[in-house]
Amino acid sequence: MIYLDNASTAWPKPPEVARAMADFLERSGGNPGRSAHRLSIAAAQIVYDARERIAEFFNAPDPVKIIFTHNATHAINIALRGLLRPGDHVVTTSIEHNAVMRPLRALEREGVRLTVVPCASDASLNPSDVQRAIEPGTRLVVINHASNVTGTLLPVEAVAAIAHAAGSLLLVDAAQSAGVVPIDVRAMGIDLLAFTGHKGLLGPTGTGGLVIGDMVDVATMEPLTCGGTGSDSELEEQPEHLPDKFESGTPNGVGLAGLGAGVRFVVERSVEAIRARGIELTRMLVEGLQSIPGATVFGPADPSRRTAVVSFTLAGCHVSEIALRLDEEYGVLCRPGLHCAPAAHHTIGTSPEGTVRFAPGFSATTHDIHTALEATKKVARE
Amino acid sequence: MKPYGVILFHTTSAAMRAKKVLTGAGLSGKLIPTPRQFSSDCGIAWRFNWNEADQVRTVLDEARVEIAALHPL
Repeated sequence: MIYLDNASTAWPKPPEVARAMADFLERSGGNPGRSAHRLSIAAAQIVYDARERIAEFFNAPDPVKIIFTHNATHAINIALRGLLRPGDHVVTTSIEHNAVMRPLRALEREGVRLTVVPCASDASLNPSDVQRAIEPGTRLVVINHASNVTGTLLPVEAVAAIAHAAGSLLLVDAAQSAGVVPIDVRAMGIDLLAFTGHKGLLGPTGTGGLVIGDMVDVATMEPLTCGGTGSDSELEEQPEHLPDKFESGTPNGVGLAGLGAGVRFVVERSVEAIRARGIELTRMLVEGLQSIPGATVFGPADPSRRTAVVSFTLAGCHVSEIALRLDEEYGVLCRPGLHCAPAAHHTIGTSPEGTVRFAPGFSATTHDIHTALEATKKVARE
Repeated sequence: MKPYGVILFHTTSAAMRAKKVLTGAGLSGKLIPTPRQFSSDCGIAWRFNWNEADQVRTVLDEARVEIAALHPL
């Protein structure tokens, strides 16, 4: 079996991740920070260690400004719902995932004004188009770091400079980039970074987070969820202190144990090395797919301008049929369709049919890529 | 019995951070349930040797760990 669906979720995870999760359940299964007995403290220690490791990983200003969430979508909703009020203006791009697009469209119905900046057909973004979309009341700019359809990397630093010059904040959706492309929130000017734990960071599903930068006035952000935090229990009002303000309810201790182990694995292997390998595999995939008669490959030709996510179509074949045949006949697992990103497919000209998406992970071999390309060639011929 | 001091925190994260920086600085102590006489909070507190209170304050200040209160126990 060749798993090329790492843009959906990474598989396999490093064995350390499963071990850390089993260990959490067997030895430190208390409720983090709720009871103060040894098992509760052991659990709180694991959650805190994961928080600190992630803060360091993204060069975040403060571990308490890492808000743990269920996934990137949850983190994006905390940021958007927390910051935006009717009348505020938001700028986003035409390659966003529905994790960004749907909450923004919902907010638009509540009076938030939205401008969607068009990207090019390879999903790339010209920062001057963002500049033109900025208005005096622009509160926030929201961009994908890397497209989940084409892997195209967006110019985060340039957009950050434009947003800040206009007095707005920048929210980056790093669902596809965290763990596979180096991210330094301070150097890149990212005010809010939404990440998921189960893709490039190699943790389990049900984990993710929001990194909050120093430019964000947290006091003005409304929490998405209110409830018990294990702190300030005498109050019936939500506490203002971070991370508790945005982390109500029992945290996903077992998941965060796994996420901590996943991040450690990425750090030990080094994001730079993972990135270099991703570029190499992308080059092989793009060149291999382009050589198949009838194939159209999307995204930038230069593999250094994208993550290891490659979308393609084959003339005369439905994408769902290609994916089914690759799975059943060749054991190649991938994702066909619109990838929860209708705007992105509209932008690259593949709506409503969609594409087939290959996304190799950290453990993919050169042989895996050759085998997947051979299988695709056979599917295209028959 | 040695006199103890206790530090209260606004969040579990702050308590865990205090534990890390204080033990890292060689100051011993233990996380305990918040003593009821100081707070009705159900959270966790750091119990330490009161005769090291000055060093404890200095280490927490330098590491910029936010605390809610510091009391003799």
